[in-house]
Amino acid sequence: MTAATDAPQIDARRSGRWLYIASVVLLCAWVLVPLYFLFINTLSSPETVNSFPKGFVPEFDFGSLRFFAGFQGMIDALYNSVLVAVLTMIMSILIGAPAGYALSRFDFRGKELFRMLILLTRAFPLPLLALPLAVLFIRVGLDDTVFGLALVHTTLAIPFAVLITFSLFSGIPIELEEAAWTLGCTRLGAFTKVVLPLILPGITASAIFAFVISWNEVFAAAVLTIENRTLPAFLLQSLAESPLHLKFAGGFILVVPALIFIFAVRKYLFAMWGIANR
Amino acid sequence: MNARLLPYVLILPVTVFLCIFFLYPFVLVAQQAFGSDTGWSLDNFRDVVSHWKFSISLWNTLLLAAVVVPVQLALSLLMATMVSKMKRGRDLVLYVWTIPLGISDLAAGIIWLAIFEQSGFLNSMMHGLGFIDAPMNFISYQNMTMVFIAIALAEIWRATAIMLVILVAGIGLIPKEYYEAAEVFGASPWKRFLKITLPLLRPSLQTALVLRVILAFEVFAVVAALGGTLFPVLMGETYSYQFDLSNSGAAAAIALIILAISIASTLVILRALRVPKGATI
Amino acid sequence: MKLRFELAGAVSGIAIVCSAVAAQADVLFWSTQARPAEEAQAMREVVLSGSDIAVDYQPNETGPWLTRLQAESQAGSGTIGLLGSLHGDFAALDPAMLAPLDDLGLAASSETFNELSKLGTDTMKYIPWMQASYVMAANKKALPYLPEGADIDALTYDQLIEWSANVQEGEGRPLFGFPAGPKGLKHRFFQGYLYPSYTDGVVRTFASAEAEAAWEKFLELWEHTNPASTNFSFMQEQLLSDDAWIVFDHTSRLAQAFNERPDDFVAFPAPAGPTGRGFMPVLAGLAIPATAADMESSKAVLDYMMQPETQIATLRATNFFPVVEVELPDDLPPAVQATGAAIATMSAAEDANPGLLPAGLGDQGGEFDRVFVDTFERIVLARQPIRAVLDDQKTRLNDIMQETGAPCWAPDAASEGPCPVE
Repeated sequence: MTAATDAPQIDARRSGRWLYIASVVLLCAWVLVPLYFLFINTLSSPETVNSFPKGFVPEFDFGSLRFFAGFQGMIDALYNSVLVAVLTMIMSILIGAPAGYALSRFDFRGKELFRMLILLTRAFPLPLLALPLAVLFIRVGLDDTVFGLALVHTTLAIPFAVLITFSLFSGIPIELEEAAWTLGCTRLGAFTKVVLPLILPGITASAIFAFVISWNEVFAAAVLTIENRTLPAFLLQSLAESPLHLKFAGGFILVVPALIFIFAVRKYLFAMWGIANR
Repeated sequence: MNARLLPYVLILPVTVFLCIFFLYPFVLVAQQAFGSDTGWSLDNFRDVVSHWKFSISLWNTLLLAAVVVPVQLALSLLMATMVSKMKRGRDLVLYVWTIPLGISDLAAGIIWLAIFEQSGFLNSMMHGLGFIDAPMNFISYQNMTMVFIAIALAEIWRATAIMLVILVAGIGLIPKEYYEAAEVFGASPWKRFLKITLPLLRPSLQTALVLRVILAFEVFAVVAALGGTLFPVLMGETYSYQFDLSNSGAAAAIALIILAISIASTLVILRALRVPKGATI
Repeated sequence: MKLRFELAGAVSGIAIVCSAVAAQADVLFWSTQARPAEEAQAMREVVLSGSDIAVDYQPNETGPWLTRLQAESQAGSGTIGLLGSLHGDFAALDPAMLAPLDDLGLAASSETFNELSKLGTDTMKYIPWMQASYVMAANKKALPYLPEGADIDALTYDQLIEWSANVQEGEGRPLFGFPAGPKGLKHRFFQGYLYPSYTDGVVRTFASAEAEAAWEKFLELWEHTNPASTNFSFMQEQLLSDDAWIVFDHTSRLAQAFNERPDDFVAFPAPAGPTGRGFMPVLAGLAIPATAADMESSKAVLDYMMQPETQIATLRATNFFPVVEVELPDDLPPAVQATGAAIATMSAAEDANPGLLPAGLGDQGGEFDRVFVDTFERIVLARQPIRAVLDDQKTRLNDIMQETGAPCWAPDAASEGPCPVE
């Protein structure tokens, strides 16, 4: 760090530091407080959920959660959800990342068209597409399979995978790759040894998106799976019309696995920090 | 491999995939928008656009996007730079900030309604602090500004993390030397942000903005939870045509209008934040 | 290394998935009713557990329900074995999508319902399953505010307005609650309650001078209505949270309040206007899609659903009343007792003016509802002049009637040909 010796500068720096810490804390609170309310309501008895004014300390009533614990098929639905989400994650990255690389490194005819196709995918509501897709799936036998649903979710996640990897490849100087070529690496070798480690954060980001997109998707899940229901299709369908306390408990149950997943992969978002900056 | 062919090989899987699972159903649905008893026609579009609610929902959708997206952009940039400077606790803070990503829009609607409803947490808090005697009505037709603010806050809370994650991953690629050099020359933090971070972050900014804007035009669940019938948006009209009115032609027509708006705004963003091929550094 | 591991996982995952598809013996009961988590659970554990044939009960919102049904119909093969939904949802379908059910020999005790279930064809396309209605409910704290001389079982709209005004004055906030939210059933109030009570009709009298008066009355009531009503869709929530003391809603959307705090609330008939006490039924039906894989099993389950014991179990689970003659036991849940009594009083009232469900509208049923929702939103929320809105919406309504050729239904006077908007 640069030397700063005179007193006013230290003061300014100190107050700047306080401001910095205060804003970090404030922003954390902004995210966490609404979640805390969900948490309170989940652990409240039905009477408390409907009362006014509301307390700000959970009373640890597990009645609502216990109701869902007794719900038939919860575990199967949870398992299906995880399976669909993981399949979606793998497929969207395997299919999307090469395209992201192509977009960043090459100029080719039809590039703009291709880019638009990718974006359009996210600009049209899935519930309208669900009918022709369901007809197609029933005809070819993909109906009511976890794999079939994962295909649809991959379609939703691909734009994220392609564009995020594209923006990160674009941020990596092509000279790095060229240097590796001159040192005797093949194009593929240079890619795996030099570029891939650098974009691990991007891959992680795409993975997070793929996971949560699949996790929270309800409509296609409700239409395309019957026996193999996913958790949101199982819960969210009925949530909107359920009594308040169950609404909150169900919402809470849905949030937790997604949070665990993000927690598990969060460090890869920064994994290559030290290396990229030497 | 032949360098002219390589890009096509690389984009082939995505293209095939999207043709089957997106373009095929899309074309079938889009046809309905132009169909009528007498063959090809624009009747559906005319019907949809002439309905009295259309202009209101269009305006609401655009206004919400225009207010929410810039705030989210600023906020996520601020958060991304803050987190990148952090020495300790970076993982944890970043994790906390990305939490809303894991929350579906339906769940977010439930959470924010619990805050703003009459017997909700905001009223409880103000009551506890002695600001009010009886619970206030935040969400009512008498106070549309408040309804709008509530929806905007919920959207900002829910969807800022989408941009944050993309920007954080992008900032990680900016070499530290640039900042060190700038510091040696006495550039202020603000100047460093303007001259180094922003330009070098352009590819990620572009991606984050495009995706966020497209999603903003499809906003629905949070708005429905908080705005009720007061704040119609285009996507809500689409669903209402498709499922309440069993009029899939009209539903497809509105969806195509949303699509057109998305394309237009995407083109604007792409132009404004053009990324040169390959290395920008 | 890691990637290879994940791939292996994926492959085994796919294998598991494929093997899971094979066994599929249960009859899939695809329903839009009994959606709330607790009701769905009760349907599975209590109502359907007695069936000889295993049933997989899956409630869905109308969107996925309809999409899946249409997809199976278009693909020509399907997994849905039994459909449960409202009359209006079935009416919007192409009747050819549903298997004829005459040979089952099942029917409701109401001939009107049986006629409706033919959906304009000459065979029964669904079997009436269960019925409900809309009633009023109030917090007992509101009772002291009742206007002098008013009988809660024979209220008029004027008395209701006065009552709501008294409550607002006494409590300092408006406490009438109306389900005007996105999922609220507001249009039913106008079609089945306000219009019959003021104009003795729905379609013919849509834009009449009496209708104008009815909307003016409603605006008066709206003055004392909780302005957050545009977010209310299930009035039991507002009863329980004290955000509304006097409400109107579907009996099953009030049930939770009575079941949770039976001593705090009363149910009572809808109010009366100059042309009587208008009210309308809700009818849900059971149907079998033409693509059902195992028609025999489906029919067996349908038969089971219509047994008196099942009908009573359904009543306990969903707060929908039986459509066949049954002996009701005494130990019914508080909500059923309270709302059941209110419906009985309402039907037996001297000035009762019962309406019927719209018939013959086909897939225009949604458009028909929308006319009323739009009229409400324009007059009450957007404050547009009543006469102008009615005249404008009238053309829309007339188009629907002409297009579908639907004849008038009660309380409108019968018509030859499509019901005219006068």
